[in-house]
Amino acid sequence: MTSQVSSPAEQADGAVLGEQRKVAGTKDVRRLDRVIIRFAGDSGDGMQLTGDRFTSETASFGNDLSTLPNFPAEIRAPAGTLPGVSSFQLHFADHDILTPGDAPNVLVAMNPAALKANIGDLPRGAEIIVNTDEFTKRAMQKVGYDSSPLEDGSLDGYHLHPVPLTTLTVEALKEFDLTRKEAERSKNMFALGLLSWMYHRPTEGTEKFLKTKFAKKPDIAAANIAAFRAGWNFGETTEDFAVSYEVAPAAKAFPPGVYRNISGNLALSYGLVAASRQADLPLFLGSYPITPASDILHELSRHKNFGVRTFQAEDEIAGIGAALGAAFGGSLAVTTTSGPGVALKSETIGLAVSLELPLLIVDIQRGGPSTGLPTKTEQADLLQAMYGRNGEAPVPVVAPRTPADCFDAALEAARIALTYRTPVFLLSDGYLANGSEPWRIPELEELPDLTVQFAQGPNHTLDDGTEVFWPYQRDPRTLARPWAVPGTPGLEHRIGGIEKQDGTGNISYDPANHDFMVRTRQAKIDGIDVPDVEVDDPDGARTLVLGWGSTYGPITAAVRRLRTAGESIAQAHLRHLNPFPQNLGTVLKTYDKVVVPEMNLGQLATLIRAKYLVDARSYNQVNGMPFKAEQLATALKEAIDD
Amino acid sequence: MTDPNALLQLVPKAEGRQSMKDFKSDQEVRWCPGCGDYAVLAAVQGFMPELGLAKENIVFVSGIGCSSRFPYYMNTYGMHSIHGRAPAIATGLATSRRDLSVWVVTGDGDALSIGGNHLIHALRRNVNLKILLFNNRIYGLTKGQYSPTSELGKITKSTPMGSLDAPFNPVSLAIGAEASFVARTVDSDRKHLTEVLRQAADHPGTALVEIYQNCNIFNDGAFEVLKDRQKAEEAVIRLEHGRPIRFGADGAKGVVRDRATGDLKIVTVTPDNEAEILVHDAHSASPTTAFALSRLADPDTLHNTPIGVFRSVDRPVYDSLMAGQLDTAVEQRGKGDLAALLAGGDTWTVVG
Repeated sequence: MTSQVSSPAEQADGAVLGEQRKVAGTKDVRRLDRVIIRFAGDSGDGMQLTGDRFTSETASFGNDLSTLPNFPAEIRAPAGTLPGVSSFQLHFADHDILTPGDAPNVLVAMNPAALKANIGDLPRGAEIIVNTDEFTKRAMQKVGYDSSPLEDGSLDGYHLHPVPLTTLTVEALKEFDLTRKEAERSKNMFALGLLSWMYHRPTEGTEKFLKTKFAKKPDIAAANIAAFRAGWNFGETTEDFAVSYEVAPAAKAFPPGVYRNISGNLALSYGLVAASRQADLPLFLGSYPITPASDILHELSRHKNFGVRTFQAEDEIAGIGAALGAAFGGSLAVTTTSGPGVALKSETIGLAVSLELPLLIVDIQRGGPSTGLPTKTEQADLLQAMYGRNGEAPVPVVAPRTPADCFDAALEAARIALTYRTPVFLLSDGYLANGSEPWRIPELEELPDLTVQFAQGPNHTLDDGTEVFWPYQRDPRTLARPWAVPGTPGLEHRIGGIEKQDGTGNISYDPANHDFMVRTRQAKIDGIDVPDVEVDDPDGARTLVLGWGSTYGPITAAVRRLRTAGESIAQAHLRHLNPFPQNLGTVLKTYDKVVVPEMNLGQLATLIRAKYLVDARSYNQVNGMPFKAEQLATALKEAIDD
Repeated sequence: MTDPNALLQLVPKAEGRQSMKDFKSDQEVRWCPGCGDYAVLAAVQGFMPELGLAKENIVFVSGIGCSSRFPYYMNTYGMHSIHGRAPAIATGLATSRRDLSVWVVTGDGDALSIGGNHLIHALRRNVNLKILLFNNRIYGLTKGQYSPTSELGKITKSTPMGSLDAPFNPVSLAIGAEASFVARTVDSDRKHLTEVLRQAADHPGTALVEIYQNCNIFNDGAFEVLKDRQKAEEAVIRLEHGRPIRFGADGAKGVVRDRATGDLKIVTVTPDNEAEILVHDAHSASPTTAFALSRLADPDTLHNTPIGVFRSVDRPVYDSLMAGQLDTAVEQRGKGDLAALLAGGDTWTVVG
């Protein structure tokens, strides 16, 4: 584990490590330990695709990496406007990294709006590659530039590369039978080629990708490849780009194994397919499209040969309803959604609590309340997941910490649901969903055994000696009730949302029975076996930073910075939010100060304070973006010094 | 694509002979004395042995309301779920378990008010469900508010000056929602009810059966005109596939197509017009005539109310189509290989 932490100023300087060398001609090659690149353009400019491709090249090269796509909710916002800017940030390094980076070293700005929207995030000295073709008077005025920023000296503090990307692309494609407009569309591939040259990225993958993507339009494939190569050659030959950079593979950062790059939603989808295999139960997804969860529906619908049934319902309620119906029938049932969908599903989650059937509720959290910020991230559904139902309706909550961790978290959520016969919340978020990182592909033997036993026969003997089946006769260890699926002879039974008599499951309005059942359902969830929380505290710190979910990356990066600077700080990160790990209370009381950074107004802090009577301090940010490591480090330093 | 018989063969048969008693659960029935639900329960329990299906493969799913207590009284698998959501829950069960015979029991408030969306989408998809819609034109369990099938101007606790919203005609609604099987029957007519249930059970896909059911507490006598022997003769139009649509004493009235408008109208049958009396075709590909039949009844007086099977057509069944896609995916790509899936395309190896 390296912990090379640079200040933003150092990053911008290029953090040169080792010697400069010259290869193949006159160009300098410099070695860097890490780079942060941000591609920015109009929503229609293909910036997400460009970022994805650069990420794939980088992953196959063996760097550690972390990405942050950032795009508007509108599909095609008005061209050339600030709200229409779409960007993709990628941080890659020769060592292990934890976040997409605070500030880009390189900005690729496809138009004035992209420059204006992103320049504030750039440290002085950063490189800016702009598409000069788009810097017309009108386009600049549209975003409030009275004079050209390329000429008025306002960018003097940066290393500016003015490149007529559109013209060069059109020129490069003149051999093709394309209209000018069609040719212009390949300018993102020209930019990708140029950046690929600058950072010595392997190019075969992108060429292969383009051939496959445009397999039915070979001309377009050839044009895009030509633009991509033209961008590369432009870097190689033009004098403006005098230096290229190497970022060595992060071989030492990774344990041995086979790796791939993976986004959170993809990892989560795979985790569900894996859970279905490990449980030997068919997977059923009932879902209604919603950002940023729809990709899980898309992905799972592609895997019907795994016996996966995906049902696109008429609404959120039907999505979870169908899933609950499938759970009654013995499927591993899942519903996927985001915060507004959870609100609609609440009543059915309550029924699942009452029926005590396994069900996964995947909430890819986004900015709220209401429609909020559909494409931005937030952690503000924690209390909704914990308490957002009528009556006492406890539901376990599991949260992944990184994109790749979504795979393991899905398996863990399935374990709890199947073992304890309960709905389980899996709380991911927009940042994890769309962000990506390298993932060591597990061997199948490493996956947990999730097999379950359906009830097969009577489980109770009446006083008169009759053997009967009682649907609410519990397992004394887990308090789980038997899962008796239709089709099993002799176990016919009726369940419902009305309070049930302990054991028999018959309707009961008896006061004492209700009190008992409420307490028993709570005790079942409280008794779920979850691993202790691990504390990373190498030197006996007095301050603990406690996080959950996707803040793991920024918090860990901030902790590294502080330790590099000689500070003592302990770190713990929760996967299980309900129930909390058994040792959490003891851990919290070990420290003088507990700081809880969250992308909400203090929801975990509220739970911690209520349960453990600990004076936990909140550090909050609710701007739709992940924390920046530097900002967190500063806040934590203040807490340490306080 | 849909072989009805093949589809219905997926549910295992009972081994021995069944009787009505086999389908009675040990739970005390708790509807109000005199409620029409008792008659429907008895008819269903009496009819089930005729189906001859293994009772462990039969599931009753209900929503919320008086009629939704129904599953508790059936000695099959059952779920008493959430207000309006039974079709959604049953859809998940039926599509994931084609070896089950899944029945939905719902009421006019449950199916047409809070659950209207799920009902129309289940019908449109043609999921293999049998939906029994108990229509008493009132809210019973919440004690007497008007329902979405109550007649306009209905005086209830929540509408002391009369209800303001026009009612749904459930049969018209179902036909409009692309239902492949739509029928109407009456709680007190055991024979007719059983015959309709029989046809519904034989139908592959979603079958909607509207059952006029008397709530003797909050809307007593709502269907009296259809039940009183004398009045019924004039009010009820019994639809039978392949038979001319005639009713009234000695079949004195009949349904003909109005040549001017294309609509249906009721005429007194004469030797001159007898040949023009419409012959009921429940299997017609077009829903037009079935819809026109559903509009004959007067929503206030219930005069000219057709009962029987309005429409019964074969149409691809959602669960079969879904299962077909799973099979096709395996044929095309082989059974899913998790290791290959996880590895994906672009990988790299780190050597220790």
